[in-house]
Amino acid sequence: MTIVFDGIAFGMLLFLISVGLSVTLGLMNFVNLAHGVFAMVGGYVCVILLNDQGVPFLATIPFAVMVPALLGVVLERLLYRRLYEASALDQVLFSLGLVFIAVATAHYFFGARQQPLQLPAFLSGQFHLPGLDVGIYRLFLVVAGLLVALLLQWAVVRTAFGARLRAAVDNQRTARGLGIDVNRVFMLTFALGSGLAGLGGALGVEILGMDPEFPVKYLVYFLIVVTVGGTGNILGSLYAALLLGVADVAGKYYVPQIGAFIIYAIMVVILIYRPQGLFGRAHH
Amino acid sequence: MTTPSAIDAAPDRAARISAVTRRFGRGARWQPLEYLFWCLPVAAYFLFPGNYLLLSQIAITSLFALSLDLIFGYAGIISLGHAAFFGVGAYTVGLLGVRGVGDPLLGLALAALLAAVLGFLSSFLLLRGSELARLMVTLGVALMLYELANKFSDVTGGVDGIPGIEVKPVLGLFEFDLFGRVGYLYSVLVLFALFWLARRLVHSPFGQSLRGIRMNAERMPALGVPINRRLVAIYTVGAAYAGVAGALLAQTNQFVSLAVLSFENSADLLLILILGGTGRLYGGLIGAIVFIVAKHVLSDINPQYWHFWLGLALVLLVMFARGGILGTAAQWLESRRQRAQQAARAP
Repeated sequence: MTIVFDGIAFGMLLFLISVGLSVTLGLMNFVNLAHGVFAMVGGYVCVILLNDQGVPFLATIPFAVMVPALLGVVLERLLYRRLYEASALDQVLFSLGLVFIAVATAHYFFGARQQPLQLPAFLSGQFHLPGLDVGIYRLFLVVAGLLVALLLQWAVVRTAFGARLRAAVDNQRTARGLGIDVNRVFMLTFALGSGLAGLGGALGVEILGMDPEFPVKYLVYFLIVVTVGGTGNILGSLYAALLLGVADVAGKYYVPQIGAFIIYAIMVVILIYRPQGLFGRAHH
Repeated sequence: MTTPSAIDAAPDRAARISAVTRRFGRGARWQPLEYLFWCLPVAAYFLFPGNYLLLSQIAITSLFALSLDLIFGYAGIISLGHAAFFGVGAYTVGLLGVRGVGDPLLGLALAALLAAVLGFLSSFLLLRGSELARLMVTLGVALMLYELANKFSDVTGGVDGIPGIEVKPVLGLFEFDLFGRVGYLYSVLVLFALFWLARRLVHSPFGQSLRGIRMNAERMPALGVPINRRLVAIYTVGAAYAGVAGALLAQTNQFVSLAVLSFENSADLLLILILGGTGRLYGGLIGAIVFIVAKHVLSDINPQYWHFWLGLALVLLVMFARGGILGTAAQWLESRRQRAQQAARAP
């Protein structure tokens, strides 16, 4: 049971970081391999504020969301926007270039070492239920992940902004004709996705660690969540992230000999049978 | 108002069609520039006698990039996991060498065979799905192999790799020397032979049908081309080429490490090919030269930040020079030619 719980907590983290990618990839059709960069920025903002400035952990979180979101806006305006119509390959190369730049920059400023993080007392420790050890921080992650998932689903399905976003994605020209400022919608969406990645990065320092290689190390995980979950599908990403989290933790626990082999195999099999992802809509 | 423009358009169109057919005929014949290009490795042999190891690395990477160009540039199959086949080739030679089978050409043949088998089997996974699904499946296959090689360390040596592979003299005559002189000549000759073969292949009807598939996959069945069979075939050939490249690396370095299967290897390769220009055979070769020389020079200055410049180059490339070096050069030549034509037509 503990393994399942840890897996779920890990999955929630993956979900928090990947959901932004799911939005850019699925709704805006941009293959953004640099998504992990925003998570890394959030993580570094969190540890720097915490360790160097003595800001309490929870108080760093808003900054860890805002800074990547702002960075997202700047990059979207300057660079990403020009490539919305480009081929997947151009987008892959462009975002891979951003990853390289970000990794080297993080190396330059923070060195190659893992950043230490001291959790506040009320978030560390664990309590015991029969058959289940619950880490308090992991419980916190699960709750935070669920909250974000519900909020996002509500925002996309129920609010006017969500409606505008879906309209802009389904048919840009008609949406423009209806007076929707598509550029603004895309920019805000991109900022939201980057901010969420930052949130996931900051909350993930404790479990995933934080070093300059972060965007490369976890890139595959984010991509798996999005492709398996079906792009542009928030609940799909949630289920896929949980599935991946549990499979990864359980696989590494029960059959450490083959390590990450299991999740790659699962991904390939799923993509062969359902190229559009488990919960994705078929392409139209 | 429509009549004059229609009259104008007709000779234009005829001229364009004849230009296209002329280009097809011309493409199959060797051009002067191509002869000149192949003088480069010979010149390099005499000009940089101290750098044979670097030079053979360029030749091997060229072959690897050529293999990706076959499947991506000609058939349009995008791959983030081409290192899988490179790695299979390298490990084939490594494992053979440990067991005392060190004949280089036999090693190349077996590496090509095994990589081709893997390519043939995994090609069926790529026939369905979007570009993104293809990216993920190729990536997934390579990652699975990486994990296997990592975990079965009693066979593959795991992270330590296989050091000290025994390689016998080529054809029993030319022994690999410490400075990599024989290794370089051997790599270049293999590269040239396989390049020549690939050149024949892409200019054959088979190669033309691949290009057709890339341009319009819906129309090709109407012309009687079995798309899936063509894609499986070229993917298998590309895998075999990559296997040979991996085997060459293992033979010239007499060492195999886990890095041959890594994601970085696949990603770098894609960059090399794009940098040079896809669908032109020479793109991968020129990309490899530029990439490896740049890496060598920049890593000398500072090994850690070489990726920064690489990243910057990529972003600029995508923003301003979509076709890579060769594509941009061709565009420039074309626009110059058109301008000259216009100038000639103007009174």
